[in-house]
Amino acid sequence: MEVNQETIAHLAELSNFALDEDQSTRLVSNIKEIVNYISQLDELDTSNVEPTYQVFEMENVWREDEILPQEANREALLGLTKEIKDNQIKVPKVL
Amino acid sequence: MKTASIEVSAMSLVKEALAKAHQYQDEYSIFTFINDTAAIEKAAKIDERIKNGEDVGRLAGVPYALKDNFLSPEGGSTASAHILEEFTSPITATTVKKLEDEGAIMIGRTNLDAFAHGSSTENSYYGATKNSKDTTRVAGGSSGGSAVAVALGIVEFATGTDTGGSIRQPASFNGIYGLKPTYGTISRYGVVAMASSLDCIGFFAQDPADIDLLMQITAGQDVKDMTSLPDYYGKEEKFDDPIKRIGIIKDFDNEAVHPEIRAALAREVEKLRASGHEIIELDMPALKYALAAYYIIQPAEVASNLARHDGVRYAFRSQDSQTLDALYQNTRNEGFMPENKRRIMIGNFVLSSGFYDAYYLKAAKARTLIIQEYEKAFEKCDVILTPVSPNPAFKLGEKVDDPVAMYLEDLMSVSLNLAGVPGLTIPVGETANGLSLGLQLVGPRRSDQELLQFAKQMRSNTKPSEDEHADVMGGND
Repeated sequence: MEVNQETIAHLAELSNFALDEDQSTRLVSNIKEIVNYISQLDELDTSNVEPTYQVFEMENVWREDEILPQEANREALLGLTKEIKDNQIKVPKVL
Repeated sequence: MKTASIEVSAMSLVKEALAKAHQYQDEYSIFTFINDTAAIEKAAKIDERIKNGEDVGRLAGVPYALKDNFLSPEGGSTASAHILEEFTSPITATTVKKLEDEGAIMIGRTNLDAFAHGSSTENSYYGATKNSKDTTRVAGGSSGGSAVAVALGIVEFATGTDTGGSIRQPASFNGIYGLKPTYGTISRYGVVAMASSLDCIGFFAQDPADIDLLMQITAGQDVKDMTSLPDYYGKEEKFDDPIKRIGIIKDFDNEAVHPEIRAALAREVEKLRASGHEIIELDMPALKYALAAYYIIQPAEVASNLARHDGVRYAFRSQDSQTLDALYQNTRNEGFMPENKRRIMIGNFVLSSGFYDAYYLKAAKARTLIIQEYEKAFEKCDVILTPVSPNPAFKLGEKVDDPVAMYLEDLMSVSLNLAGVPGLTIPVGETANGLSLGLQLVGPRRSDQELLQFAKQMRSNTKPSEDEHADVMGGND
C-alpha cells in the first residue's frame, strides 16, 4: 500500500482536518511507517476464522422503554456551547 | 487505607494530600487541576458527620487523584486535550459517584496523554509528567499522572483507564500496583471513550488489598453502560483451588526485552517454583500479532469516538471560521494533538472502502485467534506471569516523534484488552540504576480478585495453602 500526499489529503477529508503542508508532509512518513507495521498481519493465516468485534459476554441487554431522569437538563447542556440564540446553538453559515 | 475518624480528621488527611500535590506539581507535572476549595469543603462536612456519629462510608475522608478523562463537575474534564480545555462536565461518572458516596475526596485531576493516546504522558496538552524515580524519564502512560501521584505518596489511590496498557505500564514504571479488570467489570459511564471494545476502568495503589476494596465499591452492572457485566466481583470465585500453576510465555523471553526485566521475571519464577508452584511454559504464537491487530482495532474505534468533537456543542471552538465545514476542520486541527490525528487518520484508513477487509476485518479475525490462545493457555495454567513492557521507563523525548517505536512499548500489554482478560501489575524491585521494575499477572475473565489475592501472597512470599485461599482479602491492612 503506497501512502502519499494524496492518501493523506483523502484521510484528512474523512477525518475533518484542515492540515497545512508541513503537517501533511510529516503525516505521510508517520502513516507510512504505521501502515507498514500493521501490514504484518498479512502473515497470519485467518482462513475459517470468525471475526470478533467485542468481548462482552452478553447480548441484547433490554430495559423498559421509559424516560429515565437525566443528570443534565437542556439549560446545562446549552450552557456548554459558545454561542446561543433563542435557545439554539449558533454556528457559521452552512452553505 | 487510612480513613478519617474521631482521632484522624478528614481535614488533616486532605490538607496533607493537597500540600504534597502542590509541593510536587512543579517538578513532576502530575495534575491538570488541584481541587483545593471543594476538597476542603468536603473534608469539613465529613468531619462534621463523624462528630455526629454518622456512617461516613468505607473511604471516609480518603484523598484520591482522578485521571482527567473521568467526568465530574469538579474542575474541567479535559482528558489533557486542548479540544476539551474549556469543558466542565454537567454529569458525574459512575465510578466517581460510587467513590464519593463512600466518602472519598478528589484532591486533583491527573495528567494523561491527550484522550489517553500514548504510552508516556508526553502527548498531553499540559506537558509531560515526570517519572517518580527519575525526572529525566517518562512516567509511562497514558495514566502517568495517576501513577506518579500514588508512587510519590500524595494519595493512597488513583483512578486510571486501560485500553492497551495505560494502567499497567505506568504502574510498572513507578513501582506500584495497577489493575486492569476484566472488560465490563466497572461501568464506563462518564469516562471519555477511547476505544469502546477495549476500554477498562481500574486503579493504582501501593497495596493490592486497597485495590480489592476499591473494586468491591466500584464494580457492578450499571444501567448507564450496557456493556457492564452483571455483578460478580467479590461474589464468586473463578478458581476452586488455590492458584498453583503459573504460565510463562516463551515468545516474550527474547533479546527484545530488557535484560533486567528478563532477570526479574526469572527471579520471581524461581521464588514461585521454590514455594511449590508449578511453572508451565506456554507457546502462544498469535500474541506476536496482537500489537498489529490492536493498532488497527483501537484507532478504528478512536476515529469513531472522536468524530463527535466538532466545536459546536461544547468545549473549544476555533475562532473566525466562515462556514460550518471550516469550523469543524479548524477546531479539530487546532484542538487535537499530533498523536490524536495520527490515530484518527489510521482509523479512517483501516475502515475506508477498499482497505476494510485487508485491515479491520483481518484484525478482528486475529482478535479471535488471540482470545482462543488465552483460552487454551488457561486450560494449562491458572495465571500467567509476564513482563508489562519490553523496557523500564525510557528517556523523555526518546520516542515521542517516532510513533512505531512508542507503539512497540505496548507489545506485551495490548493482548489482554483484545481478549478482555484482567491484568495486574506487581512491583518487583529496581534496576541497577534505580528504575522501577514491574511484571503483570494475567488471569482468565472474572479472576480479578484472585489476582489481587495472589499478588498479596507473592508479596509475603508464603506457600500457597487452603487457608490463604479462604481468606478473601478481608483485612484492612
